[in-house]
Amino acid sequence: MAKRIDVSGLSAYYGSHLAIEDISMTVEPRSVTAFIGPSGCGKSTFLRTLNRMHEVTPGGRVEGKVLLDDENLYGSHVDPVTVRRTVGMVFQRPNPFPTMSIFDNVAAGLKLNGSYKKGRLADVVEKSLRGANLWNEVKDRLNKPGSGLSGGQQQRLCIARAIAVEPDVLLMDEPCSALDPISTLAIEDLIGELKERFTIVIVTHNMQQAARVSDRTAFFNLAAVGKPGKLVEIDETERIFSNPSVQATEDYISGRFG
Amino acid sequence: MASSTPIDTPPVPPVQRKRARPKASGRAGDKIFLGLSRGSGILLLVIMASIAVFLTYRATLAVSKDEGNFFTTLDWNPVGDKPVFGIAVLLFGTIVSSIIAMAIAVPIAVGIALFISHYAPRKLAAPLAYVVDLLAAVPSIVYGIWGALFLVPYLEGLNLWLDQFFGWTYVLEKTEVGVARSLFTVGILLAIMILPIVTSVSREVFLQVPKMNEEAALALGATRWEVIRLSVLPFGRSGVISASMLGLGRALGETMAVATVLSPSFVISAHVLNPGGGTFAQNIAAKFDEADQFGRDALIASGLVLFILTLLVNGAARLIIARRKEYSGANA
Repeated sequence: MAKRIDVSGLSAYYGSHLAIEDISMTVEPRSVTAFIGPSGCGKSTFLRTLNRMHEVTPGGRVEGKVLLDDENLYGSHVDPVTVRRTVGMVFQRPNPFPTMSIFDNVAAGLKLNGSYKKGRLADVVEKSLRGANLWNEVKDRLNKPGSGLSGGQQQRLCIARAIAVEPDVLLMDEPCSALDPISTLAIEDLIGELKERFTIVIVTHNMQQAARVSDRTAFFNLAAVGKPGKLVEIDETERIFSNPSVQATEDYISGRFG
Repeated sequence: MASSTPIDTPPVPPVQRKRARPKASGRAGDKIFLGLSRGSGILLLVIMASIAVFLTYRATLAVSKDEGNFFTTLDWNPVGDKPVFGIAVLLFGTIVSSIIAMAIAVPIAVGIALFISHYAPRKLAAPLAYVVDLLAAVPSIVYGIWGALFLVPYLEGLNLWLDQFFGWTYVLEKTEVGVARSLFTVGILLAIMILPIVTSVSREVFLQVPKMNEEAALALGATRWEVIRLSVLPFGRSGVISASMLGLGRALGETMAVATVLSPSFVISAHVLNPGGGTFAQNIAAKFDEADQFGRDALIASGLVLFILTLLVNGAARLIIARRKEYSGANA
């Protein structure tokens, strides 16, 4: 439940291309950490190294350590499948399983785990959908396909699916960038509630969003196109947006960038 | 999204509307292209209609003089004053051999397609896909010769084994001695022949599964097989059905390979290992040369039934696909 992430000396490659270089940071449990930075700076790549999704990409490999509490996710005996069961992820575009009903979508992760009791499944699905603030909208049509919901509802369905397995960490890769402002607001409210139970890391292009939802903010940057992305600084969100310690951060925040 | 901002869609300047051409059809190139494409469409309908009319006309001539029952008679003797012929054996043989072919080919084809699209390293996937496609380039008479000279003698051992251990199923009981020129052998041969088309269509569909669908499963902690079960197979289902129907269409109509392998006889037997039986296409190929005018009409009548059978199969496939549309990956 809600573990601390400790990253040290992490670099990620696509084939021979170094995408992010030597990143170290600590993500506190029961808090929201936002990653901001220009396109191509590697913040999504970095996020995907936290649940070993990066290596799914052909040629993707990672150097360095990611400690979840005290366990190294990149230890030689660690199975990436197990890692992904404890570090959940929500993607940029809502991606419910199109052939499954709403109920089955939420139950999918539990069924994979095999760690549920038959009678309890319905309870967990309801709890997860309530946790994602979606229950009241879908309780009458749990057997309808998830792809029939609106974009914002689909994204909350994906969040319900991710939290149903009670992960230690929830990663969100620009979860609102495909949504309208109302749905965005619903997700942001939800993030505020979820951080009571989970460690949340969110990548966002929207700096107001980072300021609204996060406790800490990390700013990523790259020296030039083709150069690896680096972590510039990570600090309390308030401090990053009012008085950052690095000039580049201030330039980016205030829009005086590139 | 940038395109949804009002700035990106400037109002159409009124100047452009003033002398609007009567659409684009005023230009010669458009007229020619329209004519060509419309003509092609009409030509297709005309060809289909004339085939149907021709088949129906000649078939009616023959069937009206049939002294037996066209659907139930177990005989094919359209000569003399009392011509007697029926399609029961042909219908049975065609369907049974095709079902055997599908039962063998579809699982293997899906397996190969999944291996090529999701398991094999890239260096292996491309050559393997090429080899499978190469199977489709072998002419069917070559398959027939191979089937008759290789498959038939080598399947006898398998037939005995099946008979010994699965004879209790009745279907796999071999009650007649004789070489394996049976519907079962035909089914195996047809399976090999339809394997490439089913494989390559399935492979294309599996490769089109959106990355985000697969990542949804991966991020939940799915193993490779679970990703396939949760994302790939549901997305590819309608494609696999279409691929199978393409294969079935070929199996139903396959002529030379079946004619070379099967030892035809006009009996219906559920013992698929027994030699004998017949299919529509095989029967036509075997008898067309020696048949007189009336005999040919009778064969055409059987061809019409095959034509209708194929239409029904395709229609059923479309129904299956359409009914699952709500759940298909297409509206993701």
